[in-house]
This record gives sequence, C-alpha cells and structure tokens, in this order.
Amino acid sequence: MSTLVLNRRNLLAAGGSVLAAGVSGLLLPARAQGLAPTASMSGGANNYLNGAAIVDRIGKGGFWMSGTVRRAGDGAPLAGQRIQIWAHTTEGQEHEPQSHGATLTDKDGKFRLEMPQIIPIFGQPHGHLAYDSGEFKTVFLRPVMRSAKDKSLEGHFVLQPA
Amino acid sequence: MRLARGTLIWAALVAAVCVPIALAGTSDLLAYRSPIYILAGFAGIVALGLVLVQPLLIGGYLPGLSGNRGRSAHYWIGGALVAAVVVHVAGLWITSPPDMIDALLFASPTPFSPFGVIAMWAIFSVALMAAFRRRLGLAPRTWRITHMSFAVVIVFGSVVHGLLIEGTMETMSKAALCTLVLAAAFKVIADRVWRNRATARGEGTANGL
Repeated sequence: MSTLVLNRRNLLAAGGSVLAAGVSGLLLPARAQGLAPTASMSGGANNYLNGAAIVDRIGKGGFWMSGTVRRAGDGAPLAGQRIQIWAHTTEGQEHEPQSHGATLTDKDGKFRLEMPQIIPIFGQPHGHLAYDSGEFKTVFLRPVMRSAKDKSLEGHFVLQPA
Repeated sequence: MRLARGTLIWAALVAAVCVPIALAGTSDLLAYRSPIYILAGFAGIVALGLVLVQPLLIGGYLPGLSGNRGRSAHYWIGGALVAAVVVHVAGLWITSPPDMIDALLFASPTPFSPFGVIAMWAIFSVALMAAFRRRLGLAPRTWRITHMSFAVVIVFGSVVHGLLIEGTMETMSKAALCTLVLAAAFKVIADRVWRNRATARGEGTANGL
C-alpha cells in the first residue's frame, strides 16, 4: 500500500512552484510543458482489494462513478485501461468484497461504472479509485463528494509508464 | 427558588448532552453501519458531552456538586472521558484499520483527524498527570497551569474535530453542544484567572500564587 502523504492541494502547490521556476529559467530551451502525471492521494489505497473483478455494475446501482484516463506528457486518451472502484455504500462497508468492482476505459479513455449510493464514512462522503494494472505506475485516488446527496463522483487519471 | 434554579441548571445540562445523542440516534447513516462503528461514533459524542461537563464541575457551577464534591466528580468524569475516547478510537480502528492508522500518524486526508488525535493525546496526558500528580510531586501552581493549557487544547481540538465531521450528529444540536463546550471552558478559565489576579493583589507577591 502506498504511504504517500501527497494530496492534490500540496501537489498543485509543488507543481506551481516547479512551473514558476521553469518559466523563470531563461536558460531552458522553449518546449511544451506536457501533462503532469496524477499522484496518488493520501488515504487513496485504504481498503483496496487486489484483483477486483470487472463488473457491469456494483450491487444494485443508482450512483455513477466516472472519469478519464490519459497519458502523461501528450495527454493522449488511454483505451482499455482497468480502473478499480470501491466505497462505503448503502450496500456495504469499504472493505467488503461486494463494495468493489472494476471497469475498462473506452476508446476515448473514459470510464463509467454504476454502483450503490456512496454514504459518508470516517466523516467524509468519498470514493476510491485505483489504476493497478502494471503497464503504468499505480495510482490511488480518493475524491470527496461536495454533498452526501450527490448521485455521482469523478476521478481522473494521468498515467506515466511504470 | 434555589431548588428550582438547581433543577433548571441540571435539566439544561442533561438536555445539552442528551438531545444531540438522541438526534444522532435518528440518523439515516446508522442503517449502513456495523454495530462497532455505531458504538465508536456514539462514544465520540458522549466524549464531547463529557468535555462540556468537566469545566462546569471544576467551576462549581453545578448545584449540589461544588467544592470538593465537584472536584471529585471531575476526577472520575475525566476517567470516563479517557474510556470514551479509547472506545471511539478502538471501534474506528476495527471498522477501518488503514483509515485509523492514517489518522494516528497525522497522514489522514480528512482535515478533522489531526484535531481529534491532538485532543486525544492531551486527554491521555492530563489523565496520567492527574493520576500520578502526588507521586510526581507537582506544585499546585505547575499543575494548574499545565492542566489549564491541556484543557484549552482538549476543548479547541474536540470542538473543531466534531464540527468538521460529516457523520451521524444532527448539525444544529452539534453546533449548540460545541458552543456550550467553548462557553463553559471560557467561563471557568476567565473566573480562575480573575480570581488568581484578585488573590495576587490581595496578598501581594508573598507566595506567588
């Protein structure tokens, strides 16, 4: 399991300062900055189960988890990538096998999986997503819902070669 | 008249602590939680209620429990507070070990976790010091300043922790309980500081108290 303490906010801050340093570095040759890879979020890997099966839907559904998978650098959409999704829902706790499922990205690098309604656990309504297939570096996301009443949530991946 | 006032104060305290617990008992989220998770959550709410009782006892504001009786009750309620926090943390650990470990290591993505963990260590520290106070030979003044400093951390940490959590507690009753916790702590600290100043003025600087 990842023990990274990076989160999106301090990653953006770090990325911003690197960008600022790069821009001010006049000695660097002019070239496209490129799309930076997504870092794992703090707590993203919690209650991850290795090898969750690809499913049409997790449980009875009613809630949509969606997102995109792109390649770092040029941002090209990555088709056929396996994304695992899990959360504490109306049908089970986070660690329980029936709360986990996986899906594949389409030709545009998009994925969408129906699952039961996510409810707050440990004080925040949040979901988990993982890219863990090995071709690219493993990434764990832990997006938080704006409201516990939301019926959907997104997670976006930019992957770099392993 | 005094009896009526006493009854009123006690009724208000019981309501301030029990109404939030009762409303949390009606939360929709309970249907999706395991018994241990539910127990852990309620232990946290009870702990917040006890954090309200503690300054009221030590300030002597509760009718029938002033002076030594109040101090004695404060001591035992402190023990109950430790027990409630242990049940809260242990229950959450059983519910989701990685999330609890993240919180204890200050590596949690949830903003409220560090406030709760700091308040927990402050509660454990002050309880240990209270238990071994005589053996440690702590001077009354040292003890009072240390305890009051920990109390500020406990009150502030517990209130922020509770307010930021999206859980079973109903929003209004939670905010009311947190406000009362802050007000009670502020009142007792202000009274003590005021009294000590008055004492210091009255007695000069003879004993430095």
